Amino acid sequence: MDVRSQISMVFHLDKCIGCHTCSIACKNIWTDRKGTEYMWWNNVETKPGTGYPTRWEDQEKYKGGWEKLNGSIRLRSTGKSRIIPNIFHHPHQPGMDDYYEPWTYKYDELFTAPEGNDQPTARPISMVTGKYIDIEAGPNWDDDLSGSPVYAANDPNLKGLTEEQKMQLSAIERLVFFYFPRICNHCLNPSCVASCPSGALHKRGEDGIVLVDQERCRGWRSCIPACPYKKTYYNWQTGKSEKCILCFPRIETGQAPACFHSCVGRIRYLGVLLYDADKIEDVANLPSDELIDAHRDMILNPHDPEVIKAAKANGVHDSIIKSAQKSPVYKFVKEWGIALPPHIEYRTLPMLFYVPPMLPVMTSMDGNAKKNMCEGLFPDFEKSRVPMEFLANLFSGGNTGKVRYTLKKQMAVRQYRRAVTVGDIDMEAAKKMLVAADSSVEEAEGIYNLTSLCTFEERFVIPPANREEAIQMMQDPLEHKQSVGFGLLEDPERGA
Amino acid sequence: MAENTTLFDYLNLFWFTVLPYIALFTFFLVTIQRYRGKGFTYSSLSSQFLENKVHFWAMVPFHYGILVVLGGHILGFLLPNQLLLWNSNPMRLYILEISGFVGGVFTLVGLINIIIRRLTDARTKMVTSAADWIVISVLLFQICTGLYTAIFHSWGSSWFAASMAPYLWSIVKFNPTIAYVTPLPLMVKLHIIGAFSIITLFPFTRLVHALVVPNPYLWRKRQVVRWHWDRKKIRTPEFKINK
Repeated sequence: MDVRSQISMVFHLDKCIGCHTCSIACKNIWTDRKGTEYMWWNNVETKPGTGYPTRWEDQEKYKGGWEKLNGSIRLRSTGKSRIIPNIFHHPHQPGMDDYYEPWTYKYDELFTAPEGNDQPTARPISMVTGKYIDIEAGPNWDDDLSGSPVYAANDPNLKGLTEEQKMQLSAIERLVFFYFPRICNHCLNPSCVASCPSGALHKRGEDGIVLVDQERCRGWRSCIPACPYKKTYYNWQTGKSEKCILCFPRIETGQAPACFHSCVGRIRYLGVLLYDADKIEDVANLPSDELIDAHRDMILNPHDPEVIKAAKANGVHDSIIKSAQKSPVYKFVKEWGIALPPHIEYRTLPMLFYVPPMLPVMTSMDGNAKKNMCEGLFPDFEKSRVPMEFLANLFSGGNTGKVRYTLKKQMAVRQYRRAVTVGDIDMEAAKKMLVAADSSVEEAEGIYNLTSLCTFEERFVIPPANREEAIQMMQDPLEHKQSVGFGLLEDPERGA
Repeated sequence: MAENTTLFDYLNLFWFTVLPYIALFTFFLVTIQRYRGKGFTYSSLSSQFLENKVHFWAMVPFHYGILVVLGGHILGFLLPNQLLLWNSNPMRLYILEISGFVGGVFTLVGLINIIIRRLTDARTKMVTSAADWIVISVLLFQICTGLYTAIFHSWGSSWFAASMAPYLWSIVKFNPTIAYVTPLPLMVKLHIIGAFSIITLFPFTRLVHALVVPNPYLWRKRQVVRWHWDRKKIRTPEFKINK
């Protein structure tokens, strides 16, 4: 057992209001430099929708992640076997048009326009070329556009859905959508790291944050097609790749990452997970339908004396073990089992988990009467507006049972709490629902507390960085703000 | 130098003795210094992200072509006698000459596409520096003189071994003997001057990316984990486990 610690995340999608505050907080801190304007280390997508970059989940096009081949896994894009032919031109690298051309407006024209009958306008100009452009795409271009034939209908997650289900998703007055905020998943088996020819991309041993060493990156760009989540980006100005750094300068000083800190809906949770690094290779190699459970099994119980002993022997600091015991992520993922990793079928073993949204509308109006679509204790999830298959394509590699489990449990908690606070539901029935959902009163209270009443300290249990022990962490993060921000000791100047 | 030394001799001395040493010293000193002091600037500076279509037709023929051509030159430099032996059979000589020439044509086609791409694509233009244009010009000059030599002064793979290899070795051995090169045709001389100019410019331009090609990648473990602290030292004493 090789016990390591990983700073891990849970996004509670039921609480996401799609305000993009996280994206803006991130952009203002990290990606407002030349060459990074188009990058959104944190972005929020509307699902169903095509996302950013457009149709990033279409691995037929981008070749992200791992694929199983002859009993082992290999990178779908450029691994060791294909680095030599592909290094000059990566056949699957997304270009700027797959994201969008960043723009600003020529505001000075508002002042310099000659007097006339019309209001002067500030025309958009490209932030790359400085020339006038017609804006055709943006990072959240499909925002709220569910049901649209251009965006929602082209969501790669609709694969495997019946025509009826697809029709239902876009039917007038029935269409439905939810928000899907995304950052780097800081995977356990990151394909970006495995694809990096220079060894610049690496996983930090202490906390599992995946970083690009800007000094070592040589711009071979393998990581960009390799990441199935398209969360490594190419800085066209410096000729280096950049990605979400999980705000490690903030984490090291005990602050939540900017996107977490600014989250209006308080959907985000951050905490340490202990996991068994010995299992990474085996788990990533399992058949698709076993991935979710095996991935969860890698996460170790921080209260188990055996685990604690192994963690200590492995150099995991006591403060981190303590932090892991209070981790909200552990509760959501492991204790309650209601948080699922995105697209586990990419086999990168992502360490960001989502609580699937309770979107399915459980009741409908029949005339003026509320019609409950219940069969037995639970509403009929199969008849929900968002097909189970769609959620399963996103969160459980197509296994609808996993998604149904999380929704059932969330539903039972709701009914139970309604029985407690409103009282129009029979408490006995509510408790029966809890049992049927593999839950208990105690657990329901726990879920309710951490979902609805959680404080800042409960949502973000940040382990101490033990900076005094870590040479590289001794640098003052603010010293590098705006100039570079992530550990560079010289100006990030473009080479000749 | 004898008394009847002409300007021509001085020029020969400069181009084929002084320039090579300027080139080699600049190359080694500046590449190392740049790597140590400004290591960040070592990058392929790829612009594939900005323009993804012509890029293929520019980069692929150029790089494969130049690898063949450079490989041929290095082979002639390192193994001149073996090369002569190989060429003793005309069929093998033709194969070598033709593959070298095809490599040169690939390089030229690639470079022309590079020039077209950098002139026509608005985004790529924004990341094209003066240094890029200097590199492109020198490379174009070099490829053209090289292809001219291949056509009009053919069987270069043989005479390279006889005259160029000894000349280059005389430079390496700090005993420059320009007698090997002075009788060569003008175009060949220009090609030699071009080569040393490229070596001189090399450390100041994006060409340095050739020095950081990722060779350890093929032999390293798939995943990279970096520890910033000593995994044993971090343990607090009271919890130390005796094995």
